[in-house]
Amino acid sequence: MKIEQGRVLRHEELKGGYRLLSIEVPAIAKAVGPGQFIHLQVPKLAESVLRRPFSVLDADDTSLSVIFKIVGKGTAALTYAEQGDEISIMGPLGQRFPQAREGTLPLLIGGGYGVAPLHFFAKRSPVKGIMMVGSSSKSHILCAEEFRMLEWDFRISTEDGSMGMKGRVTDLVEDWVGQGKADATPVIYSCGPHGMLKAIAEMAKKHGWKAWLSMDRNMACGVGACLACVQKVKKGDKIEYVRVCKEGPVFDASDIIWE
Amino acid sequence: MIGKPDIAVKIGAIEMKNPVMVASGTFGYGPEYAGLIDLNRLGAIVVKGISLEPHEGNPTPRIVEVASGIVNAIGLQNPGVAGFVDTYMKFLRGFDTPVIVNIWGRTVEEYAEVAKRLSDVEGVAGLEVNISCPNIKEGGIAFGTDPKMTEEVITAVRKATDLTIIPKLSAAVTDIGQFAKIAENCGSDAISLINSLPSLVIDVGKRKPALANTIGGLTGPAIRPVAVKLVWQAASAVEIPVIGMGGITSGGSALEFIIAGASAVAVGTATFTDPSTVLSVIDGIEAYLIENGLGSIGEIVGSLDLPAAGTPNF
Ligand SMILES: Cc1cc2nc3c(=O)[nH]c(=O)nc-3n(C[C@H](O)[C@H](O)[C@H](O)COP(=O)(O)OP(=O)(O)OC[C@H]3O[C@@H](n4cnc5c(N)ncnc54)[C@H](O)[C@@H]3O)c2cc1C
Ligand SMILES: Cc1cc2nc3c(=O)[nH]c(=O)nc-3n(C[C@H](O)[C@H](O)[C@H](O)COP(=O)(O)O)c2cc1C
Ligand code: FES
Repeated sequence: MKIEQGRVLRHEELKGGYRLLSIEVPAIAKAVGPGQFIHLQVPKLAESVLRRPFSVLDADDTSLSVIFKIVGKGTAALTYAEQGDEISIMGPLGQRFPQAREGTLPLLIGGGYGVAPLHFFAKRSPVKGIMMVGSSSKSHILCAEEFRMLEWDFRISTEDGSMGMKGRVTDLVEDWVGQGKADATPVIYSCGPHGMLKAIAEMAKKHGWKAWLSMDRNMACGVGACLACVQKVKKGDKIEYVRVCKEGPVFDASDIIWE
Repeated sequence: MIGKPDIAVKIGAIEMKNPVMVASGTFGYGPEYAGLIDLNRLGAIVVKGISLEPHEGNPTPRIVEVASGIVNAIGLQNPGVAGFVDTYMKFLRGFDTPVIVNIWGRTVEEYAEVAKRLSDVEGVAGLEVNISCPNIKEGGIAFGTDPKMTEEVITAVRKATDLTIIPKLSAAVTDIGQFAKIAENCGSDAISLINSLPSLVIDVGKRKPALANTIGGLTGPAIRPVAVKLVWQAASAVEIPVIGMGGITSGGSALEFIIAGASAVAVGTATFTDPSTVLSVIDGIEAYLIENGLGSIGEIVGSLDLPAAGTPNF
């Protein structure tokens, strides 16, 4: 874990209001793995005391990239970041998704910015599998081209039926199960809105599948010091709060206590 | 030209190489930031509040950002005194930095018992007694806003330990000088202030509180002028050292507290923005002394130059 002064390499608009920010930040880029996140200090954001957490979409030996959308004042200010701007990055933070093992079928399920860590996972995965994305409409489907280039089976559901199957991403999974094509046991890796993750946890339990979920919580320190970001989990025979920024953000779905 | 200024300070029996510590609850128990800054450079480490038994804390969301600050309602989650000592003290003893344990209880007896249990733990230099947390139903601020209870808690902790004790006063009182005096009269070695200020943030869209606990505590630069004023008043009321905190982000903002009368300061929320803030605060204080040709930090403690108009109106 480090704090490194990064430099914006590229900043472009994607679909559905999402943006891609690519940052030259060699030490952190080299060290970061799929599922981990960075804590970014939004430049020129007056009166703000907190960094903002973002999952890593991709990384190589010199740079990493994230995708984001405006949801509040920090992400709004981040849209002004220009090529060459300095930007303070803390990372890599949190735990990685465990790597997929030979003989298993990685089933990636993403919604919203949740496709970001899943893309990074697919890129580094020794085993190929299926990527399912759910969204409200066609214009919000991100990274389709990237997953196809990685030769992953890429499937889509939209709530308005404008692309792929009409319905929710969990319907897409059930549809796939109904086709009976699985010749290996699926292991789920998922990141997305809270409601989606909860539905996936229930589905995984029903089918007896292992599921790894990346959780989202308001954070302050990002390093385990402030206890702002906790998640209730089963630990042996006890139930306790653990830190999403440190013990997470990736959790075994069967450990999570949904509140 | 004089040499390097002397910035060492003594709080009770605690010898600090500089007057800058990290504030309780913003620095975990030490290991969390050890990879990012050298803990040996700190004046002291004040750990997150510890109670007799493990405590779960509040539901989430526990934190929300506001202009120039944050409002938190962590609810004093902690592993309990035994869990803390077993998990963290060995690590903390590895540094040349005094460890101050922040303690709290739901009853006077619990405060005293935690103090007693920490008394013989190797490496514990002192206790900061939190009687000012706004985020829990029992204990905390309920003790710090009632003169009688403040007296009872501090007296009980004083009886229970020979360690340096530092009650952390509540800012949510009308006359801070009165509470500072009570702390002094009950045998405290120093006092610290301010804790977070009781606050409410509302999500207008949902017409609900932004935090699960409804009420939280405001910290960060937003509270600094309030904190400096209270430190100044408290320091004017007592002879024992005062540790000032609330929104410190730089050497300059720490010096406001020192000039107001604080012998030492603590950096809290600013660590979240940049963990090395505490180090730049130390460097900034030293640079100020050099620039002003001062030989030691003691020369500026309480050096506020007031207008000649007489006693200010509190
Ligand atoms: C581990 C992790 C990974 C994330 N990865 C991404 C990503 O890849 N792309 C992306 O667009 N977003 C991601 N988020 C969410 C992102 O951090 C928030 O959208 C962002 O912090 C909002 O900031 P704001 O100032 O625009 O919003 P505001 O609502 O103005 O923010 C106010 C405060 O609330 C916090 N906050 C608000 N919403 C969230 C949220 N959903 N999660 C955490 N903190 C929040 C902010 O950090 C800030 O401290 C991630 C969150 C976590 C915890
Ligand atoms: C997340 C958080 C947790 C805190 N936890 C404690 C605590 O356990 N005990 C305590 O006495 N003060 C606690 N505080 C208060 C700080 O120690 C300090 O008094 C306050 O934050 C003011 O300083 P600042 O503005 O520099 O942050 C906490 C503050 C924050 C932000
Ligand atoms: S954000 Fe501080 S403990 Fe996770």
